[in-house]
Amino acid sequence: MRLYVLKRLLLMIPTLLGVAVVVFFVLRVLPGDIVELKYAGTGAYAPKEAMDRERAQLGLDQPLWKQFTTWIVGIPRLDFGTSMWTGQPISHEIAIRLELSIELALMATFVAVLISVPLGTLAAVKQDTWIDYCVRVFSIAGLAIPSFWLGIIIILAFVIYFHWLPPLIFTSFWVDPKENLLQLIWPALAVGYRYSAVATRMTRSTILEVLREDYIRTARAKGLWEQAVLIRHALKNALLPIITVIGLEFAFLVGGLVVTEQVFNLNGIGKLFVEAISQRDYTMVQSLVLLTSFVFIFVNFTTDLVNAWLDPRIRYQ
Amino acid sequence: MVNANVDSMALLVAQRSNRWLDVSVRFARRRPLGAAGAAIVVLMGLMAALAELISPFNPLATNYGAMLQAPGAAHWLGTDAFGRDVMTRIIYGSRTALWVGFASSFMGATFGAIIGVASAYFGGKADLIIQRFMDMLLSFPLIVLALVVVAVLGTGSTNVILAITVPMIPRCALVLRSSALSLRETPFVEASRALGTGHVRIIFRHMLPNVMAPYLIMLTAFLGQAILLEASLSFLGLGVTEPEAAWGLMLRGAAVEFAEQAPWMAIYPGVAISLSVFAFNLFGDSLRDALDPKLRVS
Repeated sequence: MRLYVLKRLLLMIPTLLGVAVVVFFVLRVLPGDIVELKYAGTGAYAPKEAMDRERAQLGLDQPLWKQFTTWIVGIPRLDFGTSMWTGQPISHEIAIRLELSIELALMATFVAVLISVPLGTLAAVKQDTWIDYCVRVFSIAGLAIPSFWLGIIIILAFVIYFHWLPPLIFTSFWVDPKENLLQLIWPALAVGYRYSAVATRMTRSTILEVLREDYIRTARAKGLWEQAVLIRHALKNALLPIITVIGLEFAFLVGGLVVTEQVFNLNGIGKLFVEAISQRDYTMVQSLVLLTSFVFIFVNFTTDLVNAWLDPRIRYQ
Repeated sequence: MVNANVDSMALLVAQRSNRWLDVSVRFARRRPLGAAGAAIVVLMGLMAALAELISPFNPLATNYGAMLQAPGAAHWLGTDAFGRDVMTRIIYGSRTALWVGFASSFMGATFGAIIGVASAYFGGKADLIIQRFMDMLLSFPLIVLALVVVAVLGTGSTNVILAITVPMIPRCALVLRSSALSLRETPFVEASRALGTGHVRIIFRHMLPNVMAPYLIMLTAFLGQAILLEASLSFLGLGVTEPEAAWGLMLRGAAVEFAEQAPWMAIYPGVAISLSVFAFNLFGDSLRDALDPKLRVS
């Protein structure tokens, strides 16, 4: 088991390094200098010396490989460099927004699991009945309805019918749980619905497969009542692919909620990402891309660990 | 005698030309949901093609006298903040959605197919390197990768197509690689290699035509995603730019400022997006079930 964990941990590093290299060089290759963009925006006349000084300050006059190594070396110390646009250290910019994004991701996952597992099981048990069709249409709709549009509709409904807007300023959960939940439950619902679509279909197909197994037939033959068969035997065995799918989707949530954050005006990582791209803030973009990649790989790793813990057959491969 | 021959020949001809009809009818009968999806897709295609004929107004024509009008007799779905007719913009928006969706889906699936099949064919170190690279690309959500491409290339509909193609490629490559792996050991590929056929020719003439089923499935499966992605990018202002008519763009203009005054601006484009993605998903799912249920992943 320990060897398995160690092997997976070691495999993470070359992938992350590869991502860092690709993202760094792809961003530097493109035209458009951030310093020019900065000064062009203000409309002020910028003498060449001022721009050169700015470039030196941002470290842009160094050779590319040197810029790259400076960045990479800082990462284990959690020093991602300085944002080219705001001048603040990037780790600070990320830190203040990370709590919101992680909490949103967790809440959306919670909503998704709450919806998908019962619905998927129901659809599997009542296969090909109208309940099954309803659940399937419900989940395909979840994939089709853009989550940002669902967010807009939710806000619209609140504004028109209740004359109430969710709180716009983020208060941490530890400071004021009620305000915090009131703000985040709506985006969590919008995102969770879409997220549950994938998980519901996975649950349904996995349980369908498991219900055909021999041990289910044995349990029924023993006279075990149907609910116990479902929960104690079927669900437990179906858990593995479901957890994998949930883990995979969660991995995308921390940096991927770009549009939802825009709609609900949440100051999270996704919004930071969009702003950084509009402002050509390369250091921020490359650090955020690396962060997203790291979260994805780490969550995958954790999912694999959970799978290995749940199913001993995987450990001994 | 001659009449009987002519009749039987006519029957034969009718049978052959009706084969597509037969297949479609069989598909519709066995998979009604998929057929419904296909019908909506065809309707959307007609709408996009005949946009000039069926829309009452010009999508770019502003009319400040009729700003923010509620749905009524003159403007069936209301007007937006510039006085442009919402229904016309939705009809023209289907053109943008279909164009971007098909172009990016087609390019993504094709490049993904070539890369995946080539990776499977060459095997060994090349395969490993390509796999690692594809894994890296796969570790990003679709929208993050598309945003990075937009950051590099800029906005505009051509760049949006490229931005959506890039995240599609590794996903298609992965699926098609596994299909092509089994193809590598087939006798006809072996025979071609024994004959000394070049690698490129084997890949394009022998392997690629045999992965048509998963290719078509990937193509249709990603059409819905492509349309959603284009809507998301335009909504963020990083996709198709004003004044082109695009559903995501219409939602951008509508979002919070005009929510109370003009809710119709936000409702109808979203309904259009949802309906079209829904239809593409239904059709794609049924196509996959019909062609190869083993590819059922999510």
